[in-house]
Amino acid sequence: MLPLEELKSVIQELLPGVPLDLEAGSLLVSSKDLITVCRCLKNTERFSLDYLANLTVVDYPPERMEVIYHFYSMLKKHGPVALKVKVEREKPSVPSVTPLWRGAEFQEREAYDLFGVVFEGHPDLRRILMWEGFKGHPMRKDYIVEDQDAVETLSP
Amino acid sequence: MAFIGAGVLRGMGVTFRTFLETYPWGRVLLRGLRQPAVEGLVTIEYPDVKQKHAERFRYFPFLVYDGTPDNLRCVSCKICEQECPPQCIYITGPAKDEQGRPQKANGRTFPVEFKIDVSICMSCRICVDVCPFDAIEMDNQYELSSSERFGSLILNKQELLKPNEYFQRIKPTEASEVDARLAAKRPKPQPVFPPKAP
Amino acid sequence: MSTAGELLEVSLGPQHPSTHGVFRMNAVLDGETIVKLKPVMGYLHRNHEQIGEGITYIGSFPFTDRLDYFSAMSNNFGLAIAIEKLGGITASERGEYLRIIMAELTRLVNHTAVTGFLLNDMGAFGTPLLYAFREREKILDLFEAASGSRMMCNYVRPGGVRQDVPEDWLKQAKEIVDHYPHFLDEFEKLLTENEIIRQRAQNVGVLSKELAVNASITGPMLRASGVDYDIRKVDGYSLYPRFSFRVPLGSVGDVYDRYYIRILEMRQSVKILQQALKDIPEGPAISPKGAAMGKAPRTFRPAKNEAYGRIEAPKGELGFYLVSDGSPQPYRYHVRAPSFVNLTVLEDLCIGHKVADAIIILGSIDIVLGEVDR
Repeated sequence: MLPLEELKSVIQELLPGVPLDLEAGSLLVSSKDLITVCRCLKNTERFSLDYLANLTVVDYPPERMEVIYHFYSMLKKHGPVALKVKVEREKPSVPSVTPLWRGAEFQEREAYDLFGVVFEGHPDLRRILMWEGFKGHPMRKDYIVEDQDAVETLSP
Repeated sequence: MAFIGAGVLRGMGVTFRTFLETYPWGRVLLRGLRQPAVEGLVTIEYPDVKQKHAERFRYFPFLVYDGTPDNLRCVSCKICEQECPPQCIYITGPAKDEQGRPQKANGRTFPVEFKIDVSICMSCRICVDVCPFDAIEMDNQYELSSSERFGSLILNKQELLKPNEYFQRIKPTEASEVDARLAAKRPKPQPVFPPKAP
Repeated sequence: MSTAGELLEVSLGPQHPSTHGVFRMNAVLDGETIVKLKPVMGYLHRNHEQIGEGITYIGSFPFTDRLDYFSAMSNNFGLAIAIEKLGGITASERGEYLRIIMAELTRLVNHTAVTGFLLNDMGAFGTPLLYAFREREKILDLFEAASGSRMMCNYVRPGGVRQDVPEDWLKQAKEIVDHYPHFLDEFEKLLTENEIIRQRAQNVGVLSKELAVNASITGPMLRASGVDYDIRKVDGYSLYPRFSFRVPLGSVGDVYDRYYIRILEMRQSVKILQQALKDIPEGPAISPKGAAMGKAPRTFRPAKNEAYGRIEAPKGELGFYLVSDGSPQPYRYHVRAPSFVNLTVLEDLCIGHKVADAIIILGSIDIVLGEVDR
């Protein structure tokens, strides 16, 4: 696989007018350009990133969250390419990549469930690990476990 | 064999052979037919027969003492309490006198109380790995069932204390390594006592 | 077969032996044919990731044992690889060999057990499962001798393994490994040619190559669909490039292929094990950095960084994504669980089949709920 610097310049050649940045070994794109960049990564013969290995969210309170994608290519056996999207923490929302990679379906649902990031265009965005009707998003850094008593009564 | 059902029959042959292997006469028969025959019965009747465990088999931790129970190796440094992943160790101490100075026994501080909630403990052995004094080790006693949820499953210091001889009996290899390490750590050579008769 | 008939909604599970744990499938049936199926999970959810963010890197190891409790050693290995990437730790050579031996033994354990369970799901109650468990138990005894525990091993560490294996262990392992092909022969004689199994499993739950890649399917399930992708070959992590082994591929992608690919993979694992047990060098089982980290977990404070480490676990790609902020605890700890992602295609595979087929399709996906729900 290409080094990140080159990868960035190649993508910028293919997609003029899309701002790209590099940060800690990953490509940084804005959420409105995400689908364009993803389609380019997936369909350009040179990259052929046909396999979305990992999708997750990192929470940085108080203002931002990062959605991170790890792509590999099963065809060319190269990778990974890490892609990052920064979103606002108040109303986090990114376009869903499920139409491009089915593998994102459950992982996006998990990210929605645990972090509250809304993936627009997801076919079936429901909670997956927590039950329906659960309030809050337990993986957020400021989430407070309500029932602390159970732990306290145990300590002698 | 090409007829339908041949694969099923061949599979039945395997089960029939295993069936024969579970009986002594079956094994004799198989050997008579020049077939390999090993003991086919692999289960044991648990409460009557107990499974042999490897020496390293670990269950819940215990505290080691040398000689008498007040000479325990634990100095109440609380590293294990801090590192325990499920947070099941509770240490009170180190023991202090009225002026607030740490009390010492045999030149070491010691815990007032040391509790392990074995209903939470997951036998991971991290407390043993992090202990700088080799004071805590893993026991291999696994028959600790109790009819109540709390109380008897929280082991206190008295229940946790076991002599070094016990450790040497259940885990000879590991215990001798620990003893060698402790002997190397000792600041000055101790007067040699004659070995006690077992 | 009329489509005018009323549709029936059936909830399979969560308390059902065929769902391999507490897992529910909400199926909509037309007669006995499935027209819609939604998996419902999370009954075993314990927020493993948040626990991991509250304790040290080493402290997470015993919890990874409980992810996929059939393959604790592989899970440890995955986290160790990720931490090594994050902290720039190298492993000792003997440590690498021991880790590979453990990981491949785990693969044998997992594939043997899952084949037994699959046959159980097909209605062959007991017999194949107990044959499988008989062999699995021998390997679990090996794990107990090395790590002190049959299943919750907590043995592999960044830099190597926690303790060197005891004396004679390698010899015992060699005996068991050398015997394994005989067991596989017997197992195959019992099952592979069996007409009933062929009738039940062939052309059931066919997963196409394209869908498999697109839905991020990994592990034996992907290779059963004919995609040549094995992380041991692709990434060449640890010392895998040193060993010669082949990657078996399926052609149809049905349940039968998924069963048979596991048998073939076990044969390749035996090959790796025989090479590793022959070549294993003397030396320390863990590198000094790794040993220091195990002794004092809080001294390991990787610089602000992030790492995605992945291995070929028996069920597929097991990835750990770690973000550090310079403190002894990870800022973000994410597990990319193979059986969770592999479940994505469950509905696609089941539609158009009968209820009984849904059970064996689920069995052939090979899920462990500890890992799905985390």
